[in-house]
Amino acid sequence: MITLPHYLALGAILFCLSIAGIFINRKNVIILLMCIELMLLSVNINFVAFSKFLGIVDGQVFVFFILTVAAAEAAIGLAILVVLFRSRRTINVEELDTLRG
Amino acid sequence: MTISLLLFYLFAGVTISAAVGVVISRNPVHAVLFLVLAFVSTSGLWVLLHAEFLAMVLIVVYVGAVMVLFLFVVMMLDMKTDPLREGFARYLPLGLLVAGIMLFQMLTLLSAKYFGVSFDPMAKTPENYSNTEEIGLLLFTKYAVPFEIASVVLLVGAVAAVVLTLRSREGVKKQDPSAQVLVNKAQRLKLVSMEASVPQSVSAPGAASEAAMDSNQGALK
Repeated sequence: MITLPHYLALGAILFCLSIAGIFINRKNVIILLMCIELMLLSVNINFVAFSKFLGIVDGQVFVFFILTVAAAEAAIGLAILVVLFRSRRTINVEELDTLRG
Repeated sequence: MTISLLLFYLFAGVTISAAVGVVISRNPVHAVLFLVLAFVSTSGLWVLLHAEFLAMVLIVVYVGAVMVLFLFVVMMLDMKTDPLREGFARYLPLGLLVAGIMLFQMLTLLSAKYFGVSFDPMAKTPENYSNTEEIGLLLFTKYAVPFEIASVVLLVGAVAAVVLTLRSREGVKKQDPSAQVLVNKAQRLKLVSMEASVPQSVSAPGAASEAAMDSNQGALK
């Protein structure tokens, strides 16, 4: 029988994998964006699982909104990435130190 | 019930393997394809949870639009991946350590029967249950205003993406609509007052009309 902790454990594993991905691939902006997408996916898994197991559909509506925001975020992030690559010829995070951060 | 458990383990295993592939793959194109695999298998998991509408939305919107956009950008940018991989071995222990600690903390919360949930919801689903209808009823009544705001967010995203990537290059002929609209009569039409003059050929009307008739007949022949 599939229980709620099955899904929550899957979401936790996915979230920690994407955290590890952000730590490991800290120079490649594209991989960082993909890891953020994976994080949103794991949160969505938790939302859907809770919505189903508690019998409240509101969680799935929130997944709908998260998908919307994630799509807009991906579009703007990739547009920024294209502009960045056009002006600097690189997407290496280490070389993007114009703001002295 | 055992078949659904087997399917759960299959989809979850594929999802986790694909996530590992996203993190460690050397080629960004492979990473995007692994991410597509993760999304597709997650949508299988959501079908197991009877969230069919969101599973289809995940495939159509995410795999069909967002991931294709990712793939497009990754293939368009001609980047060298070798310098981007320099810190891989150096940051690997730190990343695994942080992820392991976080995973341990999260899983300790999940081990017991918390959250006040009775863990047998699959039997409660009615026979003619429509997931899409439920979501639609909520979306257009209780969450109508957030729904409109979500559409504004999408509009802002589209406009921002266009404005960010728009550039004007030299030597390209194009129309300027604002200049076209701002044109007035004085810029295009010039009235010149000149004296009325009589052409020379009009002074002999008979000869001119005969010549015209000749040319007409020639054209007819």
